[in-house]
Amino acid sequence: MSTFDAHGPGAPVESTVWKEEISLIDSIPRPLAILGLGLIIVLIWHFATATGVVSNIILPSPLETWREIVFVGTNLVTGGYMLAALWVTMQEVLIGFVLATLIGVGLGVLVGETRFGERAVMPYLIAIDTMPKIAFAPLFVAWLGFDISSKVALATFVSVFPILVGTAAGLNSADRSALNLFRTMGASRWQTLVHMKMPAGLPHVFTGLKIASLGVMAGAITGEFLGGGKGFGEMIRVAASQLHTPRVFALILYLSLLGLAMFGTVSLIQRKLVFWHKDGRDAGE
Amino acid sequence: MMVAPLVKEEGAPLAPSIYSLRSVDKIYARRSLVALENVNLDLRKGSFSSVIGSSGCGKSTLLKIMAGLTSPTAGSVVLAGKPVMGPRRDIGMMFQQATLFPWLTTIDNILLPIRIRDGKMAARAKVHDAQALLDLVGLKGFEKAYPSELSGGMAQRAAICRMLITEPAVLLLDEPFSALDELVRDFMNMELQRICMEREATAFLVTHSIAEAVILSDTVFVMGARPGRIIEAVHIDLPRPRTLDMVTSPAFGRYVIHIRNLLSQGSQS
Repeated sequence: MSTFDAHGPGAPVESTVWKEEISLIDSIPRPLAILGLGLIIVLIWHFATATGVVSNIILPSPLETWREIVFVGTNLVTGGYMLAALWVTMQEVLIGFVLATLIGVGLGVLVGETRFGERAVMPYLIAIDTMPKIAFAPLFVAWLGFDISSKVALATFVSVFPILVGTAAGLNSADRSALNLFRTMGASRWQTLVHMKMPAGLPHVFTGLKIASLGVMAGAITGEFLGGGKGFGEMIRVAASQLHTPRVFALILYLSLLGLAMFGTVSLIQRKLVFWHKDGRDAGE
Repeated sequence: MMVAPLVKEEGAPLAPSIYSLRSVDKIYARRSLVALENVNLDLRKGSFSSVIGSSGCGKSTLLKIMAGLTSPTAGSVVLAGKPVMGPRRDIGMMFQQATLFPWLTTIDNILLPIRIRDGKMAARAKVHDAQALLDLVGLKGFEKAYPSELSGGMAQRAAICRMLITEPAVLLLDEPFSALDELVRDFMNMELQRICMEREATAFLVTHSIAEAVILSDTVFVMGARPGRIIEAVHIDLPRPRTLDMVTSPAFGRYVIHIRNLLSQGSQS
């Protein structure tokens, strides 16, 4: 006998097996749930436009939008003028992101590592960060003109802060015993930064980079709305001004694919570089 | 301030003192706190000593001074004939947390102190030493493993290797196994004794556990709080190697009771 009976022999043993409830949504596979919801939305969309509840000028029908998506896609794939526009926007986004990373990490180290940065520089940076950065767009156009540089400047400006904050937070994330250990090893300040604080802070830096990878798109497009040029944002502005809403939707879709690619690339680099961090997830999650 | 004299050891002559503290005071002026007052202690070469006391009695401050991480306000701190004026490579240290860096393999973690002090080439030259140390602590074959793949006890074994790689003259141990569960902790303490005996290391342990202090040490320094001071240096005269069975011996019990009495007196004063 392997059971211990506290109530003496012969006591009846009642079965206490009970059924755990599983909610309906958990029983549906995830891709199916996503597809299903998408289908429902498109159906509602279809009926809203087909019955004339919503005017076609405000909201085009799903079919019209789909035709436009195919049209824009064909133009892009065959190397038409839209591909040239996309390339312009991509340049703005990529240059903006690289600049934001350089400036953000640089300022982040200044603020996170030096007393001067923490005490004197940080308050100014926080003050600037609370401002609606998009509002600076007309200034950048006035300063830098209508070509690509004003858009790059705005894209950089919008996306630099998350990187800066991530870097500073990362440098402060090292724990006491790690700092003490480096002191007992006689490590210089530079060695402590390079060998310990920087790698320990990488998860935080990447959290900032991911937010920035989305912000940089918003910055570039806003810059194009206000400063013209030859990019995707300008095409959206022109299409919208002609009330060509299906075109607007289609262009936004391709832009979001660009944003997704940016985000995905950053995530991929993170997984390679920060392989040691809890399943490569962001800090603070 | 009275310091009780060391109990005279019979037979073998005492080994020379390698680490000595004389009239060490530490005052935190800003908090007007006397953390340490007139601390005198000697670590004999190859001996195992520990310091025990209630929280806030200045144990950590004492250890920091001995590690060269903070300066005493007064007094002299001399290791191997040279005053301790900052971190030194002949001082090895271990903390409550293993503090292995997750982006380095186990062997790179162990070689880190060499890498920091002497550069990449020197670290590469020490790979065989590091492997020998892994062998010593029973971690052979884990060279390329990342810390996330090690258990708590294994991580502390690796931390022992990292402490030993610079061949320090003294080992300062800040509650190194207190985060481990009790069975692992007992086992690791016995491992620590074995490693210290094999290498004839001089060790100084900070602990909260009277039993741990008695089973491991030749001398237990009992500290009192406010101001932090050494009440008595209790000499533990149990044969080496110590075994976990010794905790049931009457002599062990007497030491534990004696130290407990000292501690409760120290906290009442």
